[in-house]
This record gives sequence, C-alpha cells and structure tokens, in this order.
Amino acid sequence: MDALISPLLNGSAQGALLLLAALGLSLTFGQMGVINMAHGEFLMIGAFTAYLVQQVIGSSDLSIPVALPVAFVVAGLFGLLLEVSIIRWMYHRPLDTLLVTVGVGLILQQAALQIFPSQGVPVEKPGWLNGQVTVFGYDWPLRQVFTILLATVCVAALSVWLKSTAFGRRIRATVQNRDLAEVTGISTRTVDRLTFFVGSGLAGIAGVAASLIGGTNSQMGTQYIIPAFLVVAAGGIGQLKGTVVAAWAVGVVLSYFAYWTTGSLAQVLAFILVIVFLQLRPQGLFTVRTRSLV
Amino acid sequence: MTKLRPRLSLFGIGAFALLLLGVAPLLLTDHWLGNLGKYCCWAMAAVGIGLAWGRGGMLVMGQGVFFALGAYSMAMHLTLETAGDGVPGFMVLYDPLAPLPAFWEPFRSAAFTLLAIVLLPVIVAGLLGYALFKRRVKGAYFAILTQALAVALATLISSTIRETGGDTGLSDFKYFFGFVLDDPANRKLVYLITAALLVVCLLVVRQLYRSRFGELLVATRDAEERVRFLGYDPANVKLVAFVGAALMASIGGAMFVPIVGIITPAEIGAAASILMIAGVAFGGRASLFGPALGAMAVGWGQSSLGSTWPDGWTYIIGALFIVVILFLPNGLSSVLARFTAARRSPGEQPAAATATLQLEEAKS
Repeated sequence: MDALISPLLNGSAQGALLLLAALGLSLTFGQMGVINMAHGEFLMIGAFTAYLVQQVIGSSDLSIPVALPVAFVVAGLFGLLLEVSIIRWMYHRPLDTLLVTVGVGLILQQAALQIFPSQGVPVEKPGWLNGQVTVFGYDWPLRQVFTILLATVCVAALSVWLKSTAFGRRIRATVQNRDLAEVTGISTRTVDRLTFFVGSGLAGIAGVAASLIGGTNSQMGTQYIIPAFLVVAAGGIGQLKGTVVAAWAVGVVLSYFAYWTTGSLAQVLAFILVIVFLQLRPQGLFTVRTRSLV
Repeated sequence: MTKLRPRLSLFGIGAFALLLLGVAPLLLTDHWLGNLGKYCCWAMAAVGIGLAWGRGGMLVMGQGVFFALGAYSMAMHLTLETAGDGVPGFMVLYDPLAPLPAFWEPFRSAAFTLLAIVLLPVIVAGLLGYALFKRRVKGAYFAILTQALAVALATLISSTIRETGGDTGLSDFKYFFGFVLDDPANRKLVYLITAALLVVCLLVVRQLYRSRFGELLVATRDAEERVRFLGYDPANVKLVAFVGAALMASIGGAMFVPIVGIITPAEIGAAASILMIAGVAFGGRASLFGPALGAMAVGWGQSSLGSTWPDGWTYIIGALFIVVILFLPNGLSSVLARFTAARRSPGEQPAAATATLQLEEAKS
C-alpha cells in the first residue's frame, strides 16, 4: 500500500511545484506567445526574496506568508522591466525572444552567484509546516500539502482573474484579436505589461515554494525551466486546465519512476514520455479548435 | 545575405583552409594549436547549426546530443584502445570484476567506431526529425524539445557512472587509432585532420547553399506553407538540413575527444548547447563563414576569458545574446555586408538591411 500511496502523494506535491513554475509560463507563453527562458531565474529571484525577507523578519513562522506577496511583486517587477526594456521590441520574433531571454537568464544567474554565497542560502521552514498528516497510513509532510494548497489557490485566483474581471477580459480579447481589441479602446501595451508582470510574479511565488522544498541557489532556475515548458506544451497552449492536468501527471509519473528506478533516470524517462506524448498530440491535451494552417 | 557569390565564397574557403592548414601550424605553439583544434570542433557543430537554424529556421538548441554521440563513440574506442584487452580503469574502480557493458564491446573495432560516428547521428536525427517535422512541430516547440533532449542525455550520462564515467567523463587516452597521443607530431596530425574536416564541412555547406536544395531550404524557412502548396514536402527539406547539422556536430564531437583529451556531460548539456548557438548568432546565422568564425571567437573567449575572468565571461555571453539578437539578428556578417554594400553603391538602401527586414517579416 505504501509503495503505491507515497509516490502518488509525493508526486502530487512535485506536480504542484511544477504547476506553480508553469503557471506563469502558461500566461506569458500561452496567452502572449513570448518564450521567456529567464522564467526559471524569476523563480530563483522569488526564492532569494524569501531568504531576504527571512533575514529582515527573523521569525520563520511569519516570514513565509509575508514573503509570498513580496516575492510576487519583486519577481513581477523584474518581469516588467524585461518586458519594457527588451521583449516589447521582439513580439514579432518569437524564436529570437527565446535566445535573448537565455542571455538575460545567464546574467541573472551570474549576478545571483556573486551577490549570494555560491553554495546557496538556507531558507528556514516555518514551524507550522513541520508536522505530517497521515493519509492511508503514509505520513505526508505538511510542506507538501502546503505546496498543493498554494498551487490550488494560485490556479483559482488566476482563472477567476482571467475569466471574471475586466482586466482578464481585456487580456483574452487582446490574445484573440489584437487589432480589434485596440480598436475597441483597450490599451494593448498596458495589457502586455500587466500580463507579463503577473506571469513573472507567479514565478516568484513558485520560487518561495521551491525554497521550502529544495535548495536555494543561483542554478535552481535551470532545473525548472525545461520541465515547466514541457508541461505548458503538453497541456495545450493557453489552456489553464491543460497545464494543471499535465503538471500533475508529470509530477506523479516522475515520482513513480523515481520510486522504481533512480531520480535521474526518472527524469530522462519523463522527458521521453512527454516528447512521445507531443508526438501523438502536438497540440497538447486540450486545444482550442482553429482553422489556422499550423 | 542574398546569393553567395560563387567565386568569392570558394576563394574565401581556400584562404580559410590556407590559414588553418598552412599558416597556423607554422606560427602557433603546440598549446595554441590544440586550442585552435578545439575551436575547429565547435566550429563544425556551428556550421551545422548555421545550416539548420540560419538557413532552415530550425532553432536547434540541443546540438550537444549529437556532439555527444560522436564524442562518446570516439572516447569509448580510445578508452578501450588504451585499456588494451582489459576493462577500462574507471570501471574496475567501482567493481573489480565488472564485465564490460555490452554496448561498449563493438567500439573495440576502429571501423565500427568510425561508422558509428557517422551513422549514429544520422539515425537519431533522422528518426527524431522525421517524427517531429512530419507532425509539423516547429518554432519554439522544436527548440525546447531539442534542448530537453540535451538535458536528458546529460542527466543520463551523469547518473550512469559505471557505464559512462558519469560527471568525471572519459579521459586519459593514450592512443588514437594506433598513434601515441603524447607525441607532438601526432597531436599536430590530429589538429590537421580536424581543420581539414572543418574545411570540408564549409565546402559541403557552400555547395548546399548554392544548390536548388539551398533555395528550397530558405524558402521553407521564410514561407513554409507556400512551399507546401507548391508541391514540395517541407518536412523532407528540413529533415535533410537537420540530419546534416547533426552529422557535423557528431564529427566535431569525435575530433574534440583526441584534441582535448576528455569528454564530460558538461561539454554536451544544455549550457554547452546554448554556447554553441552563441557563436552562430554572433558570427551571423545565415552566412557561410559567420557560424564557423563566430564559434571560434566564442571558443577563444571561453578558453582565455572564461578561465581568467569566469564571472565576467558569463556576463559577456549573456550580453552577447541580448545585443546581437536584438540589434543584429544576422550577426557580424550583416555589418560587413552593410559596409560593402554602402561602399559599392552609396545612397542606395544597403542590401543587408533589407535582408534583415525580410528575415524579421518572415518570422512574424
């Protein structure tokens, strides 16, 4: 029983972390078509923000709840800066955006390496995350439950924001038909900036969650960026529910593979599985039917 | 970036060959000749990237995979040649009685190794490319998938210490197909082979660019649907370019091993694959010499600045990506083209500038 349950629960938490990392991407990549390879570094910025907030506040019980909104704003501002300075010139060159943001990511990594100790910094877990809950005889660590809750809240907030607020409507209108949206009086530039701010901010939140689970160092972004992109692609572009399902599936599959084989082999297998899946369904899990040729 | 001028490009390759094969061995010390050989290996991979990305529009972010196929094939053969009849030293380290893994066994044969260096990348790239291009996977998806493969392969090699040497990689080769690698004369020979192979790659690419295939490839890059409606299958055109690029990366990887003397997952992973692209973008992705020269420049920076000032080097590479892609999508070669165009016909719109615009338009 334990052999079945523990990878499932561990994997769900892993999937939730992946979902947090992919959520911002599904917004910037899925809605705006911008491939931001520096997204992993925004996640890293979030994690370091959690560390800095902890240095200021001291009590780890309090610092994590404070760090979440702070990391959202800090990473979001970095994203805004990137959009305003570079990405806005490149909307018509998606492939080149990818390479430019690779450069941005390299610079951010190196900056983090020089500002913070190279072996990384410790982010203390708050006391209220130390316990476990027992599920089917398996002691499930509370911080995994916390990650899942956090991901759920973020997904819910994002989908409400996109579906029910005036701003969400403007984003969707801009995505569907930029020119027409502009004609109806929507400032598409503002929409672009704010979408990018929110997308990058979500990476910051993911960073706080990641800092509670793994190490916080300058290289941490690189391990999330490719899986997160694969999750967005497998879920279907611009499809929030697809991203959720794909992230959970990848997390659980990865966890079972890791249970049966080794961690690194599991990663390889999961990569191959996603590639094979995209072979069968290049449009991803859920897709909007279009008449476009591609 | 319009058409290659046939005689000029051939003359250029000739001059390049003369520099690499004639002048460099006379002027450079053994140490720098080895370094130049290393840059030639990266340049070969870069020429392939220029073919696939610059001319074919496929951003190949995982050329490290094919580099690795060549490099590890060669490294396994050289390791076995050094070990003689026995089992390689690093394997004995973990388990004195370990038998040689089955996939190592055929690499004892020199002929099989040479065949593997050529055929493995062709098979892998052929299967992968066929599957992806027929399903019309392109653009960013293609780029991310290739990068994912590089990550996966590097992870796989790191984790299989007993079979592949893991993060420490394969090293300490004593012989290269019977030649003692310590001998400076033999090292020069290895360099000459590498430089000659690079020249051959350039010749092949020049011929491809001048052929109808080259025109079809550019057409596929700029307007894939139109090519399809004209009755060609763009998937086949892209497949040939992708396989060609993989083959060049593999040969570069294979020569990298005897020249540098070590191959590790770090040389083939995501970061290394991106560094290969940096040179191509810098030199000029769609030009003939741009990728090779750009890769050599980046390689030189990597081994000089990268070791004396590693922090600054990372910033430089990052800034290189941003500045070049943002302001010079066609790299340094477009600056040159603009300059010569301006000199030839002052007052007219420089040819390179319009070419840049066309490239941008095509991507939107």
